[in-house]
Amino acid sequence: MSEQFKQEGGENSDRRAFLKTGALVTGAALAPGVLLYGVAHSRAPEEGASSKVRWGMLIDTTKCGDGCNDCVTACNTENGLSGKTGPQDSQWIRKVDIKDLRTGYVQSLPMMCQHCENPPCVDVCPTGASMKRADGIVLVDRHTCIGCRYCMMACPYKARSFVHEPLTEQNPDVPRGKGCVESCTFCVQRVDRGEQPACVEACEANGHKAMIFGDTMDSESEISKALKSADSIEVRADLALNTGVRYQGI
Amino acid sequence: MARLAKWLRLAALIGGAAFVAVPSIPAVAGVDLPKLEKGKGEKCVEETQFMRRNHMDLLKHHRDETMRKGIRTTKHSLKKCVECHASETTGSVAASKEDFCAACHSYAAVKLDCWDCHATKPGKNPLPQMGQGGQVGQTSPLMASTQNGGSK
Repeated sequence: MSEQFKQEGGENSDRRAFLKTGALVTGAALAPGVLLYGVAHSRAPEEGASSKVRWGMLIDTTKCGDGCNDCVTACNTENGLSGKTGPQDSQWIRKVDIKDLRTGYVQSLPMMCQHCENPPCVDVCPTGASMKRADGIVLVDRHTCIGCRYCMMACPYKARSFVHEPLTEQNPDVPRGKGCVESCTFCVQRVDRGEQPACVEACEANGHKAMIFGDTMDSESEISKALKSADSIEVRADLALNTGVRYQGI
Repeated sequence: MARLAKWLRLAALIGGAAFVAVPSIPAVAGVDLPKLEKGKGEKCVEETQFMRRNHMDLLKHHRDETMRKGIRTTKHSLKKCVECHASETTGSVAASKEDFCAACHSYAAVKLDCWDCHATKPGKNPLPQMGQGGQVGQTSPLMASTQNGGSK
């Protein structure tokens, strides 16, 4: 098994090296000094998600703006959520304020699906609809979801929502519908295009830069370097879920 | 008695004539065959006859490939179907009974669940560009406990 794993890695890295060289040459041909950054990491559409990648997010709560809601708004726009926060409305990401009762110190942080390596939602799903993709993104396959909501009970982060009413005018990239459970997808449609999740992009655009998204298996990625250089924690580390989302400053 | 027989013979004649006349009417009484709007482009990704029989299998196969494995080829994707076949009047494949999907499905009385979740109109990003998929890394703090990246 491990031999096969290695062999696969070898082939893949050759292919990547080839693609990268190709991309660099193209970049050079287009205009000197201008590099097509996205292309350098390209994966072909037919290649699919790889287990040699694990997407993760690092959130620095000290940089997170108190009262800032830009990540939530961006998520709602990208994924076609109503933005309402009632008990029957979908919230894929929410801002949470935590207060140290002894000192009165208040912190604000975004909370969403933590994309666990060992997701309880996947464990309890009776139909296999709740699933983890090879690259670590935890998703709901709405084609097989029966809306039993076991996963909502199992999730320690209260990250999942149930769609109670019929929906119309969905984003073509984000199909959603009544009777299914849903949650943060790390904006899988954007990630597969080589873009950042909407929340991360919004956080960067407003200058807070509290969220870093990237491949935690790539030692050269920004997130890997950040994780290596400073302490970070999982929320509810006691559950040993090895979350893909980690926090600093709490 | 003879008069009755005459009437019966006449009735049979009229009935027979009506029976003979029916096949010359183009469609089955009352229900016209669906008229499909022509899609964009020269031809479909597969032969029309093949698509009529097999589009549901292609879509089902592709949905699992995309949803579960992240394979985002566009040839058999539902999004691509919608992009080519959306009606020019409604901009949709299922907004009215004349639209591409709805036309046949209402004729055949087959209920479609696709549009409970999927958009029936083309979106803003018609041709998604593939990009960064990450690179092969040696170590990862998040992958410390197992090497299985998630083939659940």
